[in-house]
Amino acid sequence: MLENRRYIIQIFFIFIGLVFLVRLFALQVADDTYSTKAERNILQRIVEYPFRGLIYDRNNELIVYNEPMYDLMVVPRDIHIADTTEFCRLFDITRDEFDERIKTTKRYSRVKPSIFLKKISHEKYAQIQDQLYKFNGFYVNPRTVRRYSQPVLANELGYIGEISPSQLAKDTSGYQGGDYIGITGLEEYYEPELRGVRGVSYKMVNVRGIDKGSYKNGAIDTVSVAGKNLISTIDLNLQAYAETLLAGKRGSIVAIEPSTGEVMVMASAPSYDPNLLTGKYLGDNFEKIRSDTTSPLFNRPIMATYPPGSIFKTVQALIALDVGVTTTEEQVKVDLTKIGDHAPAGNYDVVKGLRYSSNNYFREIMRRLVTRGESSNYFIDSRLGLEKWTAAVEKFGFGNRLGIDVHGEVTGKVPDVDYYDGIYGENRWAYSNIQSLSIGQGELLVTPLQVANLAAIIANRGYYIKPHLIRAVEENDEVVPFKHEKIYPGNGTEYYPEIIEGMAQAVKQTAPRAIINDIEIIGKTGTAENGVKDESLDHSVFMAFAPRDNPQIAIAVYVENSGMGGRAAGMTASLIIEKFLRGYIKKNWWNREAYVLKGDFIDKEVN
Amino acid sequence: MSREGGFFSNLDWLTVFLYFILVTLGWFNIYASIYDPVQDLSILDFSINSGKQLLWIGSSAVLIIVILLLDFRIYESIAPLLYGVFIVLLIAVVIVGKEINGAKAWFQFGAFRLQPSELTKFATALLLARYVSTNSVKLTQFKSQMTAFLIMLFPVGLIMLQPDLGSALIFFSFMIPIFREGLPPIYLIAGLSLVIVGTLTIILPIQTIAIILGSVGVVWVLLTLKSIKNILLTLLIVGASIGFASGFHYAFENVLPKYQRDRILVIFYPDIVDPQGAGYNLNQSKIAIGSGGFAGKGFLDGTQTKFDFVPEQSTDFIFSTLAEEHGWLGSTFIIALFIGLMMRIVFIAERQKSQFARVYGYSIAGIIFFHFTINIAMTIGLFPVVGIPLPFFSYGGSSLWSFTIMLFVLLKIDMHRAQVLMRG
Repeated sequence: MLENRRYIIQIFFIFIGLVFLVRLFALQVADDTYSTKAERNILQRIVEYPFRGLIYDRNNELIVYNEPMYDLMVVPRDIHIADTTEFCRLFDITRDEFDERIKTTKRYSRVKPSIFLKKISHEKYAQIQDQLYKFNGFYVNPRTVRRYSQPVLANELGYIGEISPSQLAKDTSGYQGGDYIGITGLEEYYEPELRGVRGVSYKMVNVRGIDKGSYKNGAIDTVSVAGKNLISTIDLNLQAYAETLLAGKRGSIVAIEPSTGEVMVMASAPSYDPNLLTGKYLGDNFEKIRSDTTSPLFNRPIMATYPPGSIFKTVQALIALDVGVTTTEEQVKVDLTKIGDHAPAGNYDVVKGLRYSSNNYFREIMRRLVTRGESSNYFIDSRLGLEKWTAAVEKFGFGNRLGIDVHGEVTGKVPDVDYYDGIYGENRWAYSNIQSLSIGQGELLVTPLQVANLAAIIANRGYYIKPHLIRAVEENDEVVPFKHEKIYPGNGTEYYPEIIEGMAQAVKQTAPRAIINDIEIIGKTGTAENGVKDESLDHSVFMAFAPRDNPQIAIAVYVENSGMGGRAAGMTASLIIEKFLRGYIKKNWWNREAYVLKGDFIDKEVN
Repeated sequence: MSREGGFFSNLDWLTVFLYFILVTLGWFNIYASIYDPVQDLSILDFSINSGKQLLWIGSSAVLIIVILLLDFRIYESIAPLLYGVFIVLLIAVVIVGKEINGAKAWFQFGAFRLQPSELTKFATALLLARYVSTNSVKLTQFKSQMTAFLIMLFPVGLIMLQPDLGSALIFFSFMIPIFREGLPPIYLIAGLSLVIVGTLTIILPIQTIAIILGSVGVVWVLLTLKSIKNILLTLLIVGASIGFASGFHYAFENVLPKYQRDRILVIFYPDIVDPQGAGYNLNQSKIAIGSGGFAGKGFLDGTQTKFDFVPEQSTDFIFSTLAEEHGWLGSTFIIALFIGLMMRIVFIAERQKSQFARVYGYSIAGIIFFHFTINIAMTIGLFPVVGIPLPFFSYGGSSLWSFTIMLFVLLKIDMHRAQVLMRG
């Protein structure tokens, strides 16, 4: 009977074999999760970040381009480092930082790649790439960062950074964590054009994450599409020149090509080198820049508001002539009893009024505009007049955003009926309360961009085109320009020559230092009072265009805390105009450039 | 006197054929397990495992020739001596052996390595066979049983000094020949019960175990004699079992090193335990095997294998390469081959006239069976990972030599079975 035990044993063998076959069947045939897991093991999804669109200036010079940068990626499950000290030394991190980062990436996912070190420079990558094989689980993901051919135009260009969690939550167009997105300036405004389309390639990797070829021969890969290039209206060299003139000061320069509304210069001071806000040290640099008390991030040309000062007299004149409360010939008797004045008493017409910048003349002009005799009640009459005046001023681009293609523009302020109702009570105010508006003071606030736009309106003799920084988008090697419309602030345009003549004379009268011998500058000085008794702290303002006929450039210059407009702002503007029109600054008996650069505008003796 | 018909006519060619197929398929499979598509080395390249395995295969051929030429009677006579030599070697390896993977299991002579525990199985098989076939020995008697266990377990103790749990476990395969030769089944039942209780303590709290055992005892008494003696005996056994369970539980939690505990736990809780260590290895093996599907991904096309996702691919987990590349069909074929080999060995053992030869034959079948079962169970998550090679498939010289020796000594003895006097 012991022989029968043979069968027990043999049956037992077969039984085990069958158990295995059943179990294997369950694993291999019945359950297909393992197939999926196998795929996931070997599959690595590599995002190919698209080449961000470039930005060129109006002369096709490169303003912003892309430089390669590398993110060090890690898959925690595959980490195997023989010498951690060497790793830390190679990547310039401390052991503590290393441990901290490893913990963070493990918490995110053991098997999905995450960023271990961001933005390794091209040079550093060259150093380390030979050593990477020693560190299992780490690989490098190429990215690009922005680089600027000249360290200018920072405020308008803006900067890019990683998309924030709150933005991601709101986004519907497919951004992912780790993508770069424009945060301010043109980078932000034109993000959809610049960003391109992400590509994905699927690679097979071995257990160490080493690339073993394309998955399914690239059948499901998608290619990245480069972003579109932008052609800007900026003249990069002129912009750089403008920024050097503003160095060490606070203020703005905006220069527009009047016939097209193209912004050739848009400088804000103080500013910063845009190269600081790219690459590895963006975070540190940003902190420094942000906490700088001079506010370099503040985009003055569109965010700073000032009382326009005497410049505004041109608007008063234009409205008055357009409405018809005066004519180009009319002589108005002016005494100096109503408000303070630099100009003498006498008979003034528009030309003379502008030439001497007579406060009392313009006080009278605006009085006519605001009190047109539509009511016997002075208060109601003022109210009716102001309503029309406000509307007319707004048509010149004040009190509203002009709509330039960067975000952040403020509207400025043109006080209206409701505003004064709020201060004085309804119908309890009249022109005499608001007469300082006539000379561009009071509650009026304008931005440098609006002032430059005004110069363009006058240069064009009666219209403007919405100022913009980008003139065209390059699509498939084809430059597609944006289309624009002319905007007419007034009803007529025949009185412009007088205005222009007045401004031409004003330059000679009040801004002699701005004169260039062979280039006629049509301009208007302004001194924006700072509200402080000390006149040396007033803001120097100058608005101009040149040449008189067929003008090429309209410009507004604000230099804060530098006294009267003729000097600081006027000379700065004239230098820029000369540089633009002539190409260089002609040598003079007097080095005007050095004077402006030095920035010492206030006379020691007070006059 | 040898029969007419030539020297080789008595050699069991079926077994030789099965051996040859398994060794050859094993060789190809080792190549697949280390194949790197980038390097694309030849299977014959000696710098990689498949080339080296060819050397081992070649030298095994030499061993086969030697075995076939030696007198078949020599094995029975040198059994005690051989056993003694290997006991000494097992002691020596703990002292002067090289430590690999936490166990001192190997002697190193320059580039040459020898693992004594592999050939100890052979020596133990011989000695056990000789002892059991001694006339005075009856395995129904307690003294004989204990002596047989001693022969079987003495090497286990020594091997656990290294420590090498896997090799030690194999020695329990000798229960199969001992059972065939008359061991009362109670030992097997008791042994199996202990294993079941031990396994349950791992996954159930001790109170539950106690309740289960108590219930089993009550049911037993109800079903059988309700005599005092029976009740007391049952109580004793239940009590001892609970004691065993507690002791086992204590040892499992407090004595066993964590990594070994994890290896066992991961069988029951594959997704929770040690995901980076034991859990990872097992998971990768299951992924490789599971993704093989019905017909496999094809020779040299196993992605998990090619890209090195399964650890110990050419040794402990060699089966996963096979399963991934040849699917369920391939797995079935190989399992069938192994079962076929084992069945044939049993058949050969049964036709022996000498008890020595029969016991030896069953020992060999048992050893191969345990290796086969534990190794494959390891890869599919039915048994904790212990370093046990799959015969003829796992890369390694010691393993291939020892299986070759064990198998062909049997075949040699079998060749001359007609020459032996009947011994019962």
